[in-house]
Amino acid sequence: MALQKARDMAEMPVHDDVAREEGMAVPIKIRAQHVSVHYGDKRAINDVSIDVESNRVTAFIGPSGCGKSTFLRCINRMNDTIDSCRVSGSISLDDTDIYDPQIDVVQLRARVGMVFQKPNPFPKSIYDNVAYGPRIHGLVSGRADSDQVVEASLRRAGLWEEVKDRLMDPGTGLSGGQQQRLCIARTISVQPEVILMDEPCSALDPIATARIEELIDELRENYTIIIVTHSMQQAARVSQRTAFFHLGDLVEYGDTEHVFTNPEEQKTQDYITGRFG
Amino acid sequence: MTDDHIVKSFGDELERIDQLIVEMGGLAETQLASAIRALVRRDTDLADEVRASDVRMDDLEREINDRIIRILALRQPMAADLRVAIAALKISNELERIGDYAKNVAKRSLVLVQSPAMSPTLTISRMGTLVQSMIKNVLDAYVARDAACAEEVRLADQEVDQLHTSMFRELLTYMMEDPHTITPCTHLLFIAKNIERIGDHTTNIAEQVHFLVVGQDPEDARPKGDKSSTTVVKLTTPEEAPEEAGGK
Amino acid sequence: MTDLLAGRVLTDAAATQRLARRHRAERRFKLYGLAAIVTALSILAVLLITIVSNGLSAFQQTHIQLTVELREGVIDPQGTRTEANLRLANYKTLVRDGLLEIFPEASGRRDRRELARMISSGADIRLLNMVLNDPSLIGSTQTMWFKAAADIDSFAKGQIPRDVPEDERKVSDKQIGWFDQLDSQGLVDKKFNVGFLTTADSREPEQTGILGAVVGSLLTLIVTLVLSFPIAVMAAVYLEEFAPKNRLTDFIEININNLAAVPSIVFGLLGLAVFLNFFGLPRSAPLVGGMVLALMTLPTIIIAARAALRAVPPSIREAALGMGASPVQTVLHHVLPLAMPGILTGTIIGMAQALGESAPLLMIGMVAFIVDVPGSFTDAATVLPVQVFLWADAPERGFVERTSAAIMVLLAFLIAMNILAVVLRRRFERRW
Repeated sequence: MALQKARDMAEMPVHDDVAREEGMAVPIKIRAQHVSVHYGDKRAINDVSIDVESNRVTAFIGPSGCGKSTFLRCINRMNDTIDSCRVSGSISLDDTDIYDPQIDVVQLRARVGMVFQKPNPFPKSIYDNVAYGPRIHGLVSGRADSDQVVEASLRRAGLWEEVKDRLMDPGTGLSGGQQQRLCIARTISVQPEVILMDEPCSALDPIATARIEELIDELRENYTIIIVTHSMQQAARVSQRTAFFHLGDLVEYGDTEHVFTNPEEQKTQDYITGRFG
Repeated sequence: MTDDHIVKSFGDELERIDQLIVEMGGLAETQLASAIRALVRRDTDLADEVRASDVRMDDLEREINDRIIRILALRQPMAADLRVAIAALKISNELERIGDYAKNVAKRSLVLVQSPAMSPTLTISRMGTLVQSMIKNVLDAYVARDAACAEEVRLADQEVDQLHTSMFRELLTYMMEDPHTITPCTHLLFIAKNIERIGDHTTNIAEQVHFLVVGQDPEDARPKGDKSSTTVVKLTTPEEAPEEAGGK
Repeated sequence: MTDLLAGRVLTDAAATQRLARRHRAERRFKLYGLAAIVTALSILAVLLITIVSNGLSAFQQTHIQLTVELREGVIDPQGTRTEANLRLANYKTLVRDGLLEIFPEASGRRDRRELARMISSGADIRLLNMVLNDPSLIGSTQTMWFKAAADIDSFAKGQIPRDVPEDERKVSDKQIGWFDQLDSQGLVDKKFNVGFLTTADSREPEQTGILGAVVGSLLTLIVTLVLSFPIAVMAAVYLEEFAPKNRLTDFIEININNLAAVPSIVFGLLGLAVFLNFFGLPRSAPLVGGMVLALMTLPTIIIAARAALRAVPPSIREAALGMGASPVQTVLHHVLPLAMPGILTGTIIGMAQALGESAPLLMIGMVAFIVDVPGSFTDAATVLPVQVFLWADAPERGFVERTSAAIMVLLAFLIAMNILAVVLRRRFERRW
């Protein structure tokens, strides 16, 4: 029995980056080149170039104020809502420059979803929360359609069993962890290609956090995920690629395993081992 | 090295591990030196002391183990800190083995006292001195986190191995010439083997130091010079001079 | 740090005294608060009690029962039964005859006039309308309750004292005697004053009613609401959500805040100059009144709406934008519904203010004496506060209580509006 189990395990793909080891090219989902972000006169991001791979979880780590959240928000152009913010350089999603004037921001945000630090479900029912996105983007026609989408999204987010009997209850009545999963369900209801997560677990307790991390692992199959996190342990657990930001610079970007056992840069080492904040 | 940890107690804990390793290494060095001296000077009291002191080695290994497990559980060390912890764990294991071998040498020297002194004892003394300096160097390399120094220690093992091979041949010859020397020579054989093993363990420690500093195991295979496993000394009639065959 | 506090254990005498002082200060502060509330409530109570005690009697009207013979000879001597002829008849005679039946001793013109003055002057109109409705009544004898005249009504309610000399009171000794006699015969009764709520203004206190002013206020408020609410909410939404943050918008914001403090009579002057003189809209109409009040209420609602919009947490906007909602969708689907309770509160406050305004409406002419209940937005009308003002000015004794009664109706209106606001707020809030 133990022998069989060992045999089975031997057949499982052992290493995530087997592809890279064997020299296969991993498709790039988002390519950022020489991106700089200014808030008025202050420079927040300084000439950052990074390739985010498809169907992988990429973690952005770094001390407070290093620009990782700012950079994340450039990817779905949420920085547009801030007047004093200027973005230079190019960011392309599947070879389309997202800052091209021809691009419709509304469409972009349906392809690139976002989950925020503090769970922020709409003050509507659970059903309406999830059905809102598909409705405004015209992805559903009629009640039966949106019922289906709502159920599928809630199932994917691991929330269906808990709320299927009370879909009309207000979304704000759920616990913190459930609210965050509701926000994730809401985000995936419009079938995005990329999910951006800005410290999604920082307001949650360890059990809820673990469930979200498990969910992220499952979602990885179908979506490209970028997660900004303060917790290095979380980045280590959840991601395959890690980028370390410091004072607006991208200091190091590599396989998570490598970054956390033997980083290239001294600064990375110092941050990871807790030698400076 | 780099700055101190923000959480001072974490840095202190890692420092303590270093101190314990150094203490253990120093003790191993002393054990070996005392065992060899006891052999050469035929000092049974010293030999008994060495055997008793081995308990301290075991205690130190246990303490280092416990501390490292604690650090792993409570501090989640990353990168270099993680490598330090793992390396220290392995090094303490190697040092404990070295201590055991030194104890064995001391034990056998008690038997050798009952036989007349023999010349191979001097060669053993030379081997011992060499290995002693290896231990000292590797501990220095560990403290200074110097991979180059560790590499030198690795290479120095070759000489120890060669010495061992020639000792082996010499002792075989002795035993063939005079069967009365078989008992002491056999013990000397084992003692020589022990010292050669100590050399190997010291080389292991050097490889751990390399891993700690560089982040990878050394890429090339370690140089091996021990041919004793294939050494053959043919028995000849008293008319012929003893020949040597086997590996050169 | 610890050595600073070493030895200063918080149980020594000085510390206990300090603690006691702090507790006393606490209690004093709470007492001040309580005293403030009690003062405010008692002032309110005094106000309400004064008004209600004055006005409650207006809801009762003294009636006198008379038996009136609808003699054909007086009403329709030719028997034509045409409306024109019926209108020409002198119904006052019939009423007077009814009185004389009870008091045959009233002889002489003066006496008879005094006697006739005991019944409200609208009695004859009442008989006319009866006959017009049902001409078959001509010739019959009817026993009916007639409204007593205002002075008799006041006397009956004890507002005119008996013991003052005759020339200092409105009712003569003879009238008092007749009244007492009627009373002893059980021909006097105080009934609920339905007319107060169903008729418009009149010169005679006993025939006056509040309906005209109520309808006028209602129409005016409707115009005010329809004009100010959408404009104000749209303006607030634009200023808060879409306008760029530059000097121009700051300038606009300052001006709006200032407008809220402008004396209301200025808006009346504006209305007079622009709406009446320039555009030639009808004077005294609820339409014009509503427009003037809308101008006045606009800044109040804009300020309240902006505050409500600002109170919506930005996380909701971010969530909506992150979903791919356009800015307009974000505002309409998420921000505005959440801000609605606050906006409604501001609107109700603005409306309540508008309901109680009289100065600007005086300027556009809503101070005239209007006897008809206004039927449309362009008919001449008056509003409740102006009606109160007019009645407070009138000399007749009966108007005193009616002024207070009008104030009661005004307050009832306000309470109704507030209840409506609370209900609406609850409805919006419960939906979340």
